[in-house]
Amino acid sequence: MLAAFPHAMPVEGLIGGLMIGIAAALMLLGLGRIAGVSGLAARATGIADSGAPRNIAIAFIVGLPLGAFLVSLATGGVVTRFPPSVIPMILGGLLVGFGTRLGSGCTSGHGVCGMSRLSRRSLTATAIFMASGFATVALMRFGGLL
Amino acid sequence: MIRFAIALVAGSIFGAGLAFSGMSDPARVQGFLDLFGNWDPTLAFVMGGAIIPMAIAWLIQRRVEKPFADTQFSLPGTVNIDGKLAIGAVLFGAGWGISGLCPGPGLADLAINPLPALAFVIAMQTGMAVHRVTN
Repeated sequence: MLAAFPHAMPVEGLIGGLMIGIAAALMLLGLGRIAGVSGLAARATGIADSGAPRNIAIAFIVGLPLGAFLVSLATGGVVTRFPPSVIPMILGGLLVGFGTRLGSGCTSGHGVCGMSRLSRRSLTATAIFMASGFATVALMRFGGLL
Repeated sequence: MIRFAIALVAGSIFGAGLAFSGMSDPARVQGFLDLFGNWDPTLAFVMGGAIIPMAIAWLIQRRVEKPFADTQFSLPGTVNIDGKLAIGAVLFGAGWGISGLCPGPGLADLAINPLPALAFVIAMQTGMAVHRVTN
């Protein structure tokens, strides 16, 4: 079946996914906390008053580009294809920031940590943000924006 | 100090996983969401791979009294599904589709493609601040 999608990276995806899950497991079993990036990012910059201790949040958030940088060094570069315009970054970023705070989480907190816990809230949130993502990209495709 | 180190290591493994899996590439994430285009299933493998160790971690969590480097578990206990959760998820999903980025990859990309990633991260923090001010 995967032969139909020659551009897919199932092996890298699975290995990278396992790394993400191990990192989240380390946060849970080591520090007793959810590895939710949106919440930790809000905590690191002081936008959120409650949550993880601020130094913990800052350490995790600083680790994200650090780990990506190390992979980039080790593999000779990581491909990132951004849209040519900055407008999708700004509009998307505003919606992601506001939406993840209102909805109490993102792909990591609800998607990885919450779904694996079988949290009804997280299962619901993940189903909704996936559906919204599919619908948004479909609108962009049929509107000629892709 | 040990907690700071654990968080830094966890964040680094997380960021490395994002970069290695292709999830730091906005076009690949958008490709997963693009059901009517050249669909890219990679994100499903990443999500599946991430849920396996985390599901095991939850099984262990139920059997231990406290985390190994802290005094207690500090976990969300919210159960009700309300309008905030739903509307927040709709808005987040829309932003995710428009940019091809969610918070983790946006931050990880600061080290790989700093300029567009910085535009995303600043906008994301602004969106979070707007939520803080209006709620």
